[in-house]
Amino acid sequence: MAVEANVTDSTFLFGRLAWSKLPITEPVVVYTFVAVVILGAAVVAALTYFKLWGYLWKEWFTSVDHKKIGIMYMILGLVMFLRGFADAIMMRLQQVMAFNGSEGYLNAHHYDQVFTAHGTIMIFFVAMPFVTGLMNFVVPLQIGARDVAFPFLNNFSFWMTVGGAVLTMVSLFIGEFAQTGWLAFPPLSGVVASPREGVDYYIWGLQIAGVGTTLSGINLIVTILKMRCPGMGLMRMPVFTWTSLCANILIVATFPVLTATLVLLSLDRYLGMNFFTNDLGGNPMLYINLIWIWGHPEVYILILPAFGIFSEVVATFCGKRLFGYNSMVYATVCITILSYLVWLHHFFTMGSGASVNSFFGIATMIISIPTGAKIFNWLFTMYKGKIRYELPMMWAVAFMLTFVIGGMTGVMLAVPPADFIVHNSLFLVAHFHNVIIGGVVYGVFAGINYWWPKAFGFKMNQFWGHVSFWCWVVGFWLAFMPLYVMGLMGVTRRLRVFDDPSLQIWFAIAALGAAVIAFGIFALIMQIFTSIRDREKLRDVTGDPWDARTLEWATSSPPPAYNFAFTPVVYDVDAWHDMKEHGYKRPLSGFKPIHMPKNTGTGVVLAAISVVLGFALVWHIWWLVVLSFPALIAAAIWHTFDYNRDFYIPEATVTETEDARTKALSNAV
Amino acid sequence: MNLIRNSVVASLFLALAGCGSEVLSPGGDVAAKTRDVLGITTALILVIVLPVLVAIIWFAIRYRSGSEDAESEYDPSFHHSVQLELLIWAAPLVIIIWLGALTWVSTHKLDPYRPLDSETQGVTDGAEPLVVQVVSMDWKWLFFYPQYGIATVNDLAAPLDRPIRFELTSTEVMNAFYVPTLAGMIYTMPGMQTQLHAVINETGEYKGMSSHYSGAGFSGMNFPFHGLEEADFDAWVQKARSSGQVLDRDAYRELLKPSENVPSAFYALGDEELYHDILNRCVEPGQVCMDEVMAADHGGMDHAGAAHAGTGDAASGEEAARAEAAVTASPDGHAGHEPAASDTTAPDAGSATPAPLMQQEAAPADAAHWGEGAAAPESAPAAAAAEQDQSTHQGMNHAPANAAPAAAN
Repeated sequence: MAVEANVTDSTFLFGRLAWSKLPITEPVVVYTFVAVVILGAAVVAALTYFKLWGYLWKEWFTSVDHKKIGIMYMILGLVMFLRGFADAIMMRLQQVMAFNGSEGYLNAHHYDQVFTAHGTIMIFFVAMPFVTGLMNFVVPLQIGARDVAFPFLNNFSFWMTVGGAVLTMVSLFIGEFAQTGWLAFPPLSGVVASPREGVDYYIWGLQIAGVGTTLSGINLIVTILKMRCPGMGLMRMPVFTWTSLCANILIVATFPVLTATLVLLSLDRYLGMNFFTNDLGGNPMLYINLIWIWGHPEVYILILPAFGIFSEVVATFCGKRLFGYNSMVYATVCITILSYLVWLHHFFTMGSGASVNSFFGIATMIISIPTGAKIFNWLFTMYKGKIRYELPMMWAVAFMLTFVIGGMTGVMLAVPPADFIVHNSLFLVAHFHNVIIGGVVYGVFAGINYWWPKAFGFKMNQFWGHVSFWCWVVGFWLAFMPLYVMGLMGVTRRLRVFDDPSLQIWFAIAALGAAVIAFGIFALIMQIFTSIRDREKLRDVTGDPWDARTLEWATSSPPPAYNFAFTPVVYDVDAWHDMKEHGYKRPLSGFKPIHMPKNTGTGVVLAAISVVLGFALVWHIWWLVVLSFPALIAAAIWHTFDYNRDFYIPEATVTETEDARTKALSNAV
Repeated sequence: MNLIRNSVVASLFLALAGCGSEVLSPGGDVAAKTRDVLGITTALILVIVLPVLVAIIWFAIRYRSGSEDAESEYDPSFHHSVQLELLIWAAPLVIIIWLGALTWVSTHKLDPYRPLDSETQGVTDGAEPLVVQVVSMDWKWLFFYPQYGIATVNDLAAPLDRPIRFELTSTEVMNAFYVPTLAGMIYTMPGMQTQLHAVINETGEYKGMSSHYSGAGFSGMNFPFHGLEEADFDAWVQKARSSGQVLDRDAYRELLKPSENVPSAFYALGDEELYHDILNRCVEPGQVCMDEVMAADHGGMDHAGAAHAGTGDAASGEEAARAEAAVTASPDGHAGHEPAASDTTAPDAGSATPAPLMQQEAAPADAAHWGEGAAAPESAPAAAAAEQDQSTHQGMNHAPANAAPAAAN
């Protein structure tokens, strides 16, 4: 406990940072660190050797192209997914080992960080980047736009998300991460119970990423509302665009709540204010309410775009227009509104009165009505359809079967008395993994398989795709069915060691499930690798490999920087299907120069300064705070004087690009 | 409804109950009724979920590309049907109306703040409840039995068929008190009191735990709960009384030090005011109890020291009467604010008794963390008042809500 004694010792130069804060006594962390250093050095060496730094900087890092930013979001999500999943594997191993007096292989200090990091990373740095990435890539294409409304802001948002992820990852090797659970409830996250830097890493990691998320939400709302092509009224928007609109409205309405809540928590921790403390009039219940006022809409921020993906996928692969488009839209809007009215169901057990609990319980159940309507809509889209079981459709059917079960257990948890006996249990853990994996993750995989050919011009490898699919589906049930069972046996969450030896078998099954999922992730990586390797064999030149229905499939794959040489005009829902029906002919001449935004490195710079600022705040290195905060403001202001922000793609380039496509199309036929 | 209940419980949970699940085959009637709600809910949802699951699989197979049905029935123009859309909104709605009604009724009946009556198996109307005051600490449970003058650490017992009223609080961080065989869980929070009513109907040793993560020693916050015959319970009480250990402030200060996997310990209760002072965060000399601060605020006084004499202008007649009963207008006169005192049966009023929302004038226990000076000048008379109050408090030992801070607002 020597470390605890000097928690607040501080030097001018390094703040609270000192050698004793490095986790050199935790072998698991040290090995990880060595592996990361070797791997990182290899990547840097390779990039340098192949002279790729310039290419990456010019074509990707500074790009304001929504498609490239979307792809970078997906890469961020995938990298962080590996970290979050490593945490999951560590938990499964610990829980299966820690029986019969064994302490397992993780001490409390480490284990408690692992489950906190798992939740935080999976939500903020995996699910959010995946969903934002797909929205970024797809939405402008679906509405016939050339980019998002604020291209620089888009780049900046992405890098802020990366900044938050970087700060969170730094905590693995320099100091510690929070040991509070992923929502950092006070008083546990207060300065009395958690005096060290873990919670500060949590706060600043999320604050930096939160800036990105909020701005990206504003960006996409404006894009959808203001940049739809002619003819695309709101009720002709693709359902994915609708769900994206609603998800981003949720983001803009709720992320400021998260930001404010974390600001209050940091005021408590840094300046000795008493919003959420036990004494001096503070009240932790306020934090719990506020964080869930953000937290519940957050799950709909994730699931609504997934619903949108499935709507596109089901319609395309059933060869039918989506059943009940209007009711699908109304259902989406209902869910958006209702998602604000249910936050208290996360803490029925806090002692609210029966009437309050009933209100929130019933409000929660009401959400299942529009959600049920959505399931029925997909079901009746399949009815009298001609279902092609390509990978995205397989994920969609797996989603429907899984999500219905998750929805059912969700309604069970929504009944307050029932919640009293399964709240905070493994049943709850199984439930939210059931809806997040079965809903969001399957949706993201469906989306990746569906839009990959659009992004890169070739389809994904089928074999490894199937392996990944079956591993996930089987692994999911193996991993989480035991948790449902144990929840009903009264086993609660976040436990590190267990007394009851009869439970070990269930944890063994769950660990086996996690192993199967791990192989599914390996198969996903193999799928990506083999797809790129065999890209010539998998090539699609049509730009519409699935015989799909929405506008993104009207342009080439990958789409040119300007997306559409001429802005399309829309006459019906499923615009591209409508165009195909009516014998649409691609224009071959008459191209004009296209006005486009210029790349800029400011986003990278601002995010980098933010990370430095965050790090300085975490460690109380005040001189660095005093330097970096004004630098951040100055860099932002400096950027506003950069008037050289746009350029024209010359007519010759557009003609050349379009002619190349014409040639490719005629060769393919 | 009984038929549904029995068949559901039997069919759905039989296998699990066989595994020895205390959630699904509890020894107490409150937990059993709660379990039934879970069962009925499951059954109601399955009414709609099962057909949907079947339909998904059926359509997924029937309409696969290349199958005869898909080729012959393929109808891309079928994307709208008023009747069907009415059905898909109405069918879940009907289920939710049923479930909503069930929710409203069961939430009120099984409200943890609602004192038990003869509807609960084994409980007779008007039976005097066993009061257990629960304090979650880093990382163990401290149980006070004020009616018996004992306290225990990590060991809980109750006689059969006697209603139990738990009053719960915490020292520094949140936990949740959960004895699956008795009832659902309830949070314990510092400076606040929650309540739980339950009964045990079958003898046995059951599991008790914290179900809300509270830091490093959380995994070891388990304790046995004994359902005992009357005579065995008396023996259990006697064991604590004659343990030779006395729980006073010094012993409590020892307990306050964080410790993990703490074995059971038994004490004679040496300090009648200890639970009150833990709840009101005034265990140490010089700290002003939250209820006094609130009382002072309620009385419009500007510093805590005036609390002692300042509550005479209690707002309601009931409060005035209670204050009179307490002989002096001590802060306990405000016990009437405690929403669900045992003689107040309005279940809606139940709520975690909130912490005071106004500033406490005296320095807090952890003043060192804030780098502020020690006790502010006001704390001296306040402390004196607290001292003087000791005698009054003692007299109120069995008052139903003697330890509850007055509700703010």
